[in-house]
Amino acid sequence: MAVEQPQAQAQAHAPAPAPARAGEQTRIHNIGYRNYDGPRLGRAYARRSLYSQSLRGAYGLGRSAKTKVLPMLLFVVMCVPALIMVAVAVATKANDLPVDYTRYAIFMQAVIGLYVASQGPQAVSRDLRFKTVPLYFSRPMETVDYVRAKYAALASALFMLTAAPLLVLYVGALLAKLDFTDQTKGFAQGLVSVALLSLLFAGIGLVISAVTPRRGFGIAAVIAVLTISYGAVSTVQAIAYEQSSSDAVAWLGLFSPMTLIDGVQTAFLGASSAFPGGAGPSTGEGVVYLIFVLGLVAGCYGLLLRRYRKVGL
Amino acid sequence: MWTTRPDGQLAVRSGSRRLFDLRGTLTGPYDCRGMAIQLPGLTTGCGLRHYLRTVTVIATESLSKRFPRVTALDRLSVDVGPGVTGLVGANGAGKSTLIKILLGLSPATEGRATVLGLDVATKGGDIRERVGYMPEHDCLPPDVSATEFVVHMARMSGLPPAAARERTADTLRHVGLYEERYRPIGGYSTGMKQRVKLAQALVHDPQLVFLDEPTNGLDPVGRDEMLGLIRRIHTDFGISVLVTSHLLGELERTCDHVVVVDGGKLLRSSSTTDFTQRTAILAVEVTDTDEHPDGTDALREVLHARGIDTHDGSGLPGAGHILLLTAQGEETYDLVRDAVADLGLGLVRMEQRRHHIAEVFTDSDEQAARDAEAQAALKDGDEQRKEAVGHGG
Repeated sequence: MAVEQPQAQAQAHAPAPAPARAGEQTRIHNIGYRNYDGPRLGRAYARRSLYSQSLRGAYGLGRSAKTKVLPMLLFVVMCVPALIMVAVAVATKANDLPVDYTRYAIFMQAVIGLYVASQGPQAVSRDLRFKTVPLYFSRPMETVDYVRAKYAALASALFMLTAAPLLVLYVGALLAKLDFTDQTKGFAQGLVSVALLSLLFAGIGLVISAVTPRRGFGIAAVIAVLTISYGAVSTVQAIAYEQSSSDAVAWLGLFSPMTLIDGVQTAFLGASSAFPGGAGPSTGEGVVYLIFVLGLVAGCYGLLLRRYRKVGL
Repeated sequence: MWTTRPDGQLAVRSGSRRLFDLRGTLTGPYDCRGMAIQLPGLTTGCGLRHYLRTVTVIATESLSKRFPRVTALDRLSVDVGPGVTGLVGANGAGKSTLIKILLGLSPATEGRATVLGLDVATKGGDIRERVGYMPEHDCLPPDVSATEFVVHMARMSGLPPAAARERTADTLRHVGLYEERYRPIGGYSTGMKQRVKLAQALVHDPQLVFLDEPTNGLDPVGRDEMLGLIRRIHTDFGISVLVTSHLLGELERTCDHVVVVDGGKLLRSSSTTDFTQRTAILAVEVTDTDEHPDGTDALREVLHARGIDTHDGSGLPGAGHILLLTAQGEETYDLVRDAVADLGLGLVRMEQRRHHIAEVFTDSDEQAARDAEAQAALKDGDEQRKEAVGHGG
């Protein structure tokens, strides 16, 4: 609505007012209700929009300042050790980086666990807790679209978190004039490893968060499953190693997400295992590890679909 | 209703209302209001309006929904035309179930239904693109602003980013949210939250909106404003409305048509005027004067003498000061006015009393009893259900 001031009364007395001005008086332009006849971009667009909104949300972008603190802090914490390592490597003119690309995520797993625990519930629990979910499903979007967008968003956010320090390491290694082929190969293996890790951790984090609308429970449960299971498995593995049953060490690795990733990258990505004794699974066992990882990812996706099918309206 | 419009644009709008209504139905490639009426030879406004009234927005045909233990909808057949339609029923009468089925989110056990001419079983996605939904429960995240939230919901409906922002600004203004729309929703009053919920249902310019209990939790003023807003959704925006409530009285003033369901069955479907004509009850309150120290009593006697029975509405607030009488028609109003004037009393109020849904149930009780007799030959289970319906109120 806009109000146009009348032209000065004097104008009316002007000898020859311009024809365009003739009818001009105070007018209230009421825009009223306007119909929308522009494009409607449908499901795929809605899914993309939800994806980008969730991905931004995972780093607190487009949300309040308070919510930016934790993800940004974790991102920095994730990258700082890489920067230090690079600085040391450059300064000491070392022949190799102090840590493998594939090892870095295992090294920093507490940070990753914290990130999943804080952002997983943020991604799905809010919609459940404030009952916003029915609003999505009363639109062209289907359950599949919602789940895919949310899953992809958290996995992408995790990938950024885990791949960024690898990029720092790689750039640093090239600056330190380390062997290009070696470093590129290591970097590529590292990326594949963290991509797998992102998918797996995002799936587990989302399934746990989607079960409980309470954020606190979600956070605690995710930390328990990701971090505590690693501690437990490592301990039992250490005991098995002391008892010198190295077979058991390899199979025990199937029971925590981090050791699963460790096993897969040891078998296929040329990583040195973090298992006690450095004895990771053989290639044969590695296949079982890979199947386990892919099965878990698919299982998480399926569970999410089932969860949201029930929510409906 | 018009006075409730908060931005004072009313006088300008109401003049062009009808024209706008028509234009709304004619323009726009996505406009189903237009699609359904593109008949050859129908070019005049009159013909169009006439046709609009006869077109069906929602149609159900012996629609049933059975859960393992409960029958939520029982062979419901109803046709709903354009305009504001009230869906009235007690809690658990099947209102929300019906909306879920109409949105294509829950398959019917049997029967079929169409919304805007689209089958709910196969065209759910298309329906949801053209329909808005305002849920009964709270559905707003407290930590984002109304603008951010509604923009997001507009994009979820498929609007491109720029259009989403523009439509959000427009829609929030139309529902009466101004500067506060930039503040987090957590700090809003219930009335403001209801407006945000309404805005997200309207932001993509649907052809039909489902409003599930929009007046829930509002105080009387907020309730009136919301009802006025609902009326405007049809008159100004050209969007058909299906609004649910458990209070018949409040829908009576807003709706063109009222559908009453109970126990998943259709109790009655008729235009609002039918309801009011049949059961208009007037409440009259007068002042006392020196001449008539008890004005109410004096009026009662005069009216009685003129052949109108009154009762004093005992048990209701203001009992003793308010006379209730049944209006036979227009002439009753005149009669009361004249009687009051003759007595020299001041007329404080003369208003139609809201009806409670119970009255409809009482009416249909008799109907159900008759039906039951007529179909006495039918099997027991059927009769029992009828009885249950009859006593539902």
